[in-house]
Amino acid sequence: MAELAIPPQEESVVEGSYLENLNGRKGITAWIFSTDHKRIGILYLIALFSFFSVGVILGILLRLEMLSPGGKLFSPQAYNALFTLHGVVMIFLFVIPGIPVTLGNFFLPIQIGAKDVAFPRLNLLSWYLYVIGSIVILTALFWRGLPDTGWTFYVPYSLRTTTGVTIAVFGVFIVGFSSILTGLNFLTTIHRLRAPGMTWFKMPLFVWALYATAWVQIIATPVLAITLLLIVISRVFGLGIFSAAAGGDPVLYQHLFWIYSHPAVYIMILPPMGIVSEIIATFTHRTIFGYKAIAMSSLAIAFIGYLVWGHHMFVAGMSQQADFIFSFLTFLVAIPSGIKVFNWVASMYKGSIDPQPPFLYVMAFMVLFCIGGLSGLVLGSLATDVHLTATYFVVAHFHYIIFGGGVFIFFGALHYWLPKMFGRMYNKKIASWALVDMFMGFNLLYFPMFVMGYEGMPRRYFTYLPQFETMQRISVVGSWILVAGLIVMFVNLIHGSMKGPRVGNNPWGGTTLEWSTPSPPPHENFETEPVVTQEPYYHEEALTK
Amino acid sequence: MSDITIPEARQAAEHAPAHKKDTQGVKMGMWLFLMTELLLFSGMFLLYSVYRYYYTKEFHQAGMETHTMFGTVNTMVLLTSSLTMALSIAAIERGKKWLSVTFLSSTIVLGLGFLVIKYAEWSTEIADGIYPGSPKLLQHPRGFELFFAMYYLMTGLHGLHVLVGCGILITMLIFIIRGKITQDDPVRLEAAGLYWHLIDIVWIFLFPLFYLVN
Repeated sequence: MAELAIPPQEESVVEGSYLENLNGRKGITAWIFSTDHKRIGILYLIALFSFFSVGVILGILLRLEMLSPGGKLFSPQAYNALFTLHGVVMIFLFVIPGIPVTLGNFFLPIQIGAKDVAFPRLNLLSWYLYVIGSIVILTALFWRGLPDTGWTFYVPYSLRTTTGVTIAVFGVFIVGFSSILTGLNFLTTIHRLRAPGMTWFKMPLFVWALYATAWVQIIATPVLAITLLLIVISRVFGLGIFSAAAGGDPVLYQHLFWIYSHPAVYIMILPPMGIVSEIIATFTHRTIFGYKAIAMSSLAIAFIGYLVWGHHMFVAGMSQQADFIFSFLTFLVAIPSGIKVFNWVASMYKGSIDPQPPFLYVMAFMVLFCIGGLSGLVLGSLATDVHLTATYFVVAHFHYIIFGGGVFIFFGALHYWLPKMFGRMYNKKIASWALVDMFMGFNLLYFPMFVMGYEGMPRRYFTYLPQFETMQRISVVGSWILVAGLIVMFVNLIHGSMKGPRVGNNPWGGTTLEWSTPSPPPHENFETEPVVTQEPYYHEEALTK
Repeated sequence: MSDITIPEARQAAEHAPAHKKDTQGVKMGMWLFLMTELLLFSGMFLLYSVYRYYYTKEFHQAGMETHTMFGTVNTMVLLTSSLTMALSIAAIERGKKWLSVTFLSSTIVLGLGFLVIKYAEWSTEIADGIYPGSPKLLQHPRGFELFFAMYYLMTGLHGLHVLVGCGILITMLIFIIRGKITQDDPVRLEAAGLYWHLIDIVWIFLFPLFYLVN
């Protein structure tokens, strides 16, 4: 660290930081016309968490319907619309853009010692595309009625329904472009703008994760774009591309959709995995175990992740050979994920662990991610999948992975980097208790779904058989506990970012480049261009112990 | 303490857009973008090949209904435009501004010409009653309609790219005339050229698939 360190500044230096407006611009225009990657990251944070709140409220309502059988709260049609919107908002507007566009935007250039991303204006354009796409999606709310197809827009129903599928799908198409441009920007940034001495194997693991993610983004997203465009065109012009009546093949839609949407799962989970590596290295005060293995496993996940889409379609009528191959490849993709988990655990061994809030989030992640990952293997094997497909078991599985794995780390990362982004600290005690509450609420909410799914409760139904009543109620109560924790956490974070006590440049003792620059960082990130001589997780004191 | 005073730092930050231009970075970004474009078309090529496999005979017969003449002329127009595009870049790299402008203008004219011919072709076909869902096509076996659905989709998407490409080239033309693209800084024209060549390459695959294989 000593080599990287820039002389520390007095705590009160906010002047000259990126939070100070430039060029005489004031108020909101100083933000929405800024090409500073840090400001764009904050803009994305605000937009994403607004949509996250919408998604959470919808989720709460979906659960509330399950308080008793019979659908007393919403009509079946309204329930269909609600779970579709919940899925579309959460998947396309929150977790897919997720960590890369927010924290990735903010910290990728800093972690590699660059002044900005390779194409700052393109970066701002991506944000606008994201916002425009979201608005188009939400237009479907008020025009022609909410889509009721589920977030997957499966044909033939998505071609037949009279709800606003066309508009919503077109919105997702626009958001997809934002994703492609961000991926392209990050790839070029990582290739071209690394600071002197920052070789590939001196890059922080978060950067490696973003690198793998960016490849997935630019390779998979165009396929989704064209598939969704085909839905729009088929609906508008009545083309029979996916309609069996006109000789088309509906299963082809599912193939094309999952060719994107399975890799998209790795867009959601790879960046959190990168952050886990960062947090573990910082709070165990020792170098990460198996640096190269973790870096390479990100690429391996990205690569194998392309070849497993068929496991979403075991009951869609594929050939048996295809079923076998996709099942086998699905088991294969678990290997690099396992490599990561074992390396993380090995990193903690003999480390001097400092259980600060970000580290506790990682611990919660470990538990939830392992449950989610192992239940994924149950779904990936053919015989069990036939029984469990389209049940609550699937719902529980992907919420454990995406919410328990991905989003919990998103929260953990906010706790980790908030002092850097705003130069202030939140209340750590409240942060930890909020996590405990969310962890309990989460498991109460989703674990019963494994059991219900195993017993045959299908997903997306507005009602259920009386035998599921107890389980459903536990799950509903869990959703309330979870939301209580979420509210406490957000209030604590927002309050901390604005009013919290000031902290120094490196409150956690991190070793990557972002900790060597002032908090909040100056406009061009570093006062002098950093020169990298050490591996990213080099802790001096660890060697002397 | 750092040697940079705050006013100095602020002054430096005000020149923030003066990122040192990374020519290679721009080209890399463009190549990555072209890859996403190829993948966008690949979804359609995938559909085409699957349906061709399902309905081999119908695709053969339907392929005879397209106007090979229009297709051939358009292929020549687009290939020539790629040539003038390359010449325009070569000219600017040698510092011959107005020669470059001439070649680029011909590229734009050829591109628009391609669209005009395409329009004439589609109009003829629609007048003949060949469009998805038309009474004429419904009399044919099912694969016929799919062939023309793919035909309109793929050539339509390609035509859209030509249109966007023309827009980009017109912007480049203005940049050259205003002296923003010069011998020392031709990278934007080069990137636009790459995009134009991609449009050309996609057509080179579309042409045999819809006009020649029958």
